[in-house]
Amino acid sequence: MTHTPHRLEIENASIGYGEKIVMRGLSFQVPHGARVAVVGPNGAGKSTLFKALVGILPLHSGRILIHGELLGAHKDCVAYIPQREDVDWRFPVTVSDVVMMGRFGQMGWFSRPSKMDKQLVQKSMEQMGIADLADHSIGQLSGGQQQRAFLARAIAQEPHILLMDEPFTGVDMTTQEATLNLLDHLRNQHVTAIVSTHDLNLAASRFDLVLLLNHKLIAFGAPQEVFVKENLAQAFGNSLLVMENGMMLVDECCPPAEQFTNRD
Amino acid sequence: MNFLLEPLTYQFMQRGLLASVIVGVLCAVMGTYVVLRGLAFLGDAMAHAILPGVAIAYLFGGNLLVGAGAAAIIVALSIGLFSRQGAVKEDTAIGILFAAALSLGVALISSMQTYAVDLSHILFGNVLGVSPSDLWMIAGLSFAILLTVGLLFKPFLVISFDPVLAATLRLPAELLRNLMLVLLALTVVVSLQTVGVSLAAAMLVTPAATAYLLTRRLWPMMLVSALIGALSSIIGLYLSYYFNIVSGSAIVLTATLFFLLAFLWKRTKSI
Repeated sequence: MTHTPHRLEIENASIGYGEKIVMRGLSFQVPHGARVAVVGPNGAGKSTLFKALVGILPLHSGRILIHGELLGAHKDCVAYIPQREDVDWRFPVTVSDVVMMGRFGQMGWFSRPSKMDKQLVQKSMEQMGIADLADHSIGQLSGGQQQRAFLARAIAQEPHILLMDEPFTGVDMTTQEATLNLLDHLRNQHVTAIVSTHDLNLAASRFDLVLLLNHKLIAFGAPQEVFVKENLAQAFGNSLLVMENGMMLVDECCPPAEQFTNRD
Repeated sequence: MNFLLEPLTYQFMQRGLLASVIVGVLCAVMGTYVVLRGLAFLGDAMAHAILPGVAIAYLFGGNLLVGAGAAAIIVALSIGLFSRQGAVKEDTAIGILFAAALSLGVALISSMQTYAVDLSHILFGNVLGVSPSDLWMIAGLSFAILLTVGLLFKPFLVISFDPVLAATLRLPAELLRNLMLVLLALTVVVSLQTVGVSLAAAMLVTPAATAYLLTRRLWPMMLVSALIGALSSIIGLYLSYYFNIVSGSAIVLTATLFFLLAFLWKRTKSI
């Protein structure tokens, strides 16, 4: 971690697919090592933002800077936990193969894994509690174990920024706990974590910063500043329910018609 | 022993055997990507699409491999052109070009005097007609393709398994995908002489699909696939010699038998 300044900056970014712009004029700065929850209704552009951050989607305008340099200047500083649908689970790879892929960026494309690479892969698998599954096919694992395999890969990658798209959706408690523990561990290593989630309470309780989106930036800051009624109403419309004890619920099963037309 | 050695007393059989083993291995290795990336339709289309190129080369007495290679490149570029910016979906573009090229090929060949014989050679291969220079060409191209696949093993693995990781690692994914298609086209061209265009697609898919049933990792899958490709070629060629059947068919049918055995083995194991 020799680069300064340690931060991620998004400057006036507009992102979209072809002519269709999903996210407009987005600007925010994440200090190094912060833990950011990205929240917003379905189709608000969370995944779109992630795709731009990993460099799959080019920006329409604006720019993304990591450590003050344009995205792509550093090779392996961004790790990404893909959404389940984006991975071919029938592909013939074992768990240790998947984790080893995290080392490819640093070992070079034409060389064999060194002793250090192998040790790091082993350590990452142990940390995620899947070392005993090392030789299993990735497709044989449960959903939670599969996610932990990808988390282990992210550790092995030794990133500066970790992006996770909905890691808490549809996984068992062990995996949810393992994911949160990993976030704590990464904080000690000053790794910036950017995590999208539907769970507003989790976002409020376990994250330093919250980024509230609905096709544009609605609010960004500490959870107690962001989670105020006006912001939430602006983001979720009437699908938001605030309970008397302060608990917040978002009804996403039936988004209002107006939101529906905005979906990508 | 004599049974195995007798065919090899003919030089054309030696060349035929060597050529079909090389092609069997090459198709089987490239086939792992075809199976894993769902490119079977594209492989099939490409195999048929080179037919007009071969026919034109044949009509004018040119080199068949050169004609096939030119046709493969034209078709690959046309697929890109028609499907660019979503004019039509890619598989639709493939379907149109596949049918058009096949028809054009048959039309050209049907204008020849020796129509039936030539067509069957092009469609099903004529492994016993491999000349020494053909053999060199097959061996050289195959070596180059396999070397490329070996060198790019990790990048190809990543773009096939997890395109997002490829993006975060800043791999030139588009370039690698196109390179893979070019390698696939070259593989089809090289297979032309031994198994013919209509069976090349089968050799791309069947051994790799068999290996997919038997292995759990990419590298072993490639090795097992290559082994099945080579064995099918050898066994098929002997069957062709002794039962006097078309060599390409015999090779593909042998590979299919391997697939059925693997399928049954997998079924009984999972019960």
